[in-house]
Amino acid sequence: MYISMSDRQGGRKSTVEESQGTPAPPFRLSPAILWLGVVSMATDISSESVAAVLPLYITGFLGLSVIAFGVIDGINQGASALVRIAAGWASDRAGRPKAVAMAGYCLSLVARIGFLFAGGFWSIAAVVTGDRIGKGIRTAPRDALITTAAQPEHLARHFGVHRLLDNIGAAAGPLIAFVILMLMPNGYGTVFVVSLAFAAIGVAALVLVVPDLRTGRPIRRQSRVKKARAVEPGVLREPALEARRRRIPAIRWSMFREPGLGRLLVASAVLGVLTVGDGFIYLVLQNKDQFAVQWFPLLYVGTNVVFLLLAVPMGRLADTWGKGKVFLAGHVALLACYFLAAAPAMGLTGTLGCLVLLGAFYAATDGVLSAFASQLTPQHKLATGIGAAQTVVALSRVLSSTLFGVLWFVVGASLAMVIVGCLLAVAVPASYFILRNARYQGTAA
Amino acid sequence: MSPETEAAPNRMRWVILLVVTGVVLAGTGLYAVMAFQRLQESSAALPSVIVTSGGGTLPDGQYLLFRNTAAGQGYGMAGTVPLADPTGARSLSTVPCDRVYSTGSGFMCLATERGMVTRFDAALLGGSYQRLQDWSLKGIPSRTRSSGDGSLVATTVFVTGHSYAAAGFSTDTVITHVGGGMAPDNLEDFALMVNGQQVTAADRNLWGVTFVPGEPDAFYATAASSGRLWLVRGSISRRTLTAVADGVECPSVSPDGTRVAFKTNVSSGLTPQWRVAVLDLATGTRVTLGEERNVDDQVEWLDDQTLLYGLPREGEPGDSDVWSLPAKAGGAPAVFLEHAWSPSVVR
Repeated sequence: MYISMSDRQGGRKSTVEESQGTPAPPFRLSPAILWLGVVSMATDISSESVAAVLPLYITGFLGLSVIAFGVIDGINQGASALVRIAAGWASDRAGRPKAVAMAGYCLSLVARIGFLFAGGFWSIAAVVTGDRIGKGIRTAPRDALITTAAQPEHLARHFGVHRLLDNIGAAAGPLIAFVILMLMPNGYGTVFVVSLAFAAIGVAALVLVVPDLRTGRPIRRQSRVKKARAVEPGVLREPALEARRRRIPAIRWSMFREPGLGRLLVASAVLGVLTVGDGFIYLVLQNKDQFAVQWFPLLYVGTNVVFLLLAVPMGRLADTWGKGKVFLAGHVALLACYFLAAAPAMGLTGTLGCLVLLGAFYAATDGVLSAFASQLTPQHKLATGIGAAQTVVALSRVLSSTLFGVLWFVVGASLAMVIVGCLLAVAVPASYFILRNARYQGTAA
Repeated sequence: MSPETEAAPNRMRWVILLVVTGVVLAGTGLYAVMAFQRLQESSAALPSVIVTSGGGTLPDGQYLLFRNTAAGQGYGMAGTVPLADPTGARSLSTVPCDRVYSTGSGFMCLATERGMVTRFDAALLGGSYQRLQDWSLKGIPSRTRSSGDGSLVATTVFVTGHSYAAAGFSTDTVITHVGGGMAPDNLEDFALMVNGQQVTAADRNLWGVTFVPGEPDAFYATAASSGRLWLVRGSISRRTLTAVADGVECPSVSPDGTRVAFKTNVSSGLTPQWRVAVLDLATGTRVTLGEERNVDDQVEWLDDQTLLYGLPREGEPGDSDVWSLPAKAGGAPAVFLEHAWSPSVVR
């Protein structure tokens, strides 16, 4: 099995199967992925509708201060990041990603019920924490399910389909919430009930129609092994595989030393530290453009719309051109977004340009990263590998927010953007060299 | 693709999912319709307080301007009540405001504009509630004040990002010159001086402007940086903010100009606990007053001896009362005006 981002086969293909020279089978969307997408869509409507109205609810309705929520959320982001890898490991250990994902979805569902009763600072903080942790738990096993259900040749495209549906929910959630508030000025209770309903529909769809795919099952493994053998006979032998399957996978450093995944984790960490949260970018835009002030919440929706429109095309591109290349190209879009945001006032054009670039960045990196990580991870450690990549990205972004906050504090917004942009301009080519040889050979255990 | 992935869920499961989705959506729809009807009924219901007619213009004489939070018609609207009889009938306008403050002949109104996206704006209204001037705000309305002659108005908003913690917390405070052609002053562009040194840190947060009576160029506000808080005295012409005291938030200058009432955080924990205190500007002595509850408001002076502030009503979210408190140690708070918020005294 050989995966590389370099143009080894006449500059056309870079995934395992394609490098064999056999034509890729036609794309066929797996119903499991479609349903996982629907589950995510319902869940995102649920979480984003609440997230959009929470500042107003806390300050305007309950009369609480928002300052402390920032602190709580910082802690949650760190906790949620760590939970990802743990949930991935638990999923691999049990071999049942659906069960672990379900636990995550159910925790968020319980948090939604909590919103109906929460009124004080600590109860809201607890509910918000439960929701975040739930999201942390479900992400890696869900992406492992997607990987297991997808055609390997069209892995990134399948992730793209999932992210498309996911982001329809993320874009629709705030709009649904604002329409409710438009009709009912203090209708926060209704927003919470609607949010709970969509969370329940998501969990019901997951329980009832998403197949309980097992990871590391022989039946699935064999097809891969045959292909792998066809490429590099002797690299991946059946007995070795059997032995590995029986052993409980543990989180070991050796895993991250696998030629492929380790490199991806390093590159993701470097790039993640230089990925400024979109909240900061929106604030910079707001300082320059009156439109961004008036339609502030639309910036977030706009970014999500671009993300969902580009998710499938970027996935297709990643399958044909190379996942690593698309992942890096996404960061080039982010880099362009920084410089555009830092440029002297460009009015509406600058704002819209930034949103398109930011949406393209997410489309090129979010699902593609999971697809890339799963491609670099042995099947029986799939969720751990995906979880590790997501943990690295999430933790490095938390670090990035802190560092960028300090930088903003010292040199001001625009210059801070330019500095991070310049560092990113160095990090992208460096990551190219790190990722150039990223591959999974199936040798390291 | 393995046969496993192909295994379609059996028909029964589809039926159950369909039924569950239908029931959940129908239940939610029903809840929403009922909530909407309840709201229609309650907003069409007669106000739960006594209201006089003649809400079309601001009254003459001394009165209190406020945001009405009494359920029923007129919830959330700017209202007035004579200072001589605050428990009597109130006069309600049809102008919804989150915060109000008198400019003398008219008033400032910070409002949440609900729509496909929620926006926030500031408006200056005249004596018959006509809109004279309005502009967009960067976030959730928090404070507004006006200079005595109404030529300057200050607004503070929370900039929270799209969610509760997208980019941490910051405030945006702007002083707007009414009528004239001068551009608004964002206090972040002013030089912040602490002990003779300029603080250039970009994490400076500024909020809670109060104008000094009789001094058109001077105001006080709160400045914060790196976890420290100062009372600053500002000069509009020199574009400076000079720290004059520590730990003072949301200052409010007394009508005689000698003291500043403010809120001060007495908690070291994550959730702030604000007490009301008064600082004598000449001597620097400060007195914490006899209000034990957590007051998150910019205090208003009823007269030189009494303060007014809003407190959320226990167990009734969305409703609040205006309380009065003697501006000296040991005074006990008393309800001044029920179902009201954002008091502004018009003398």
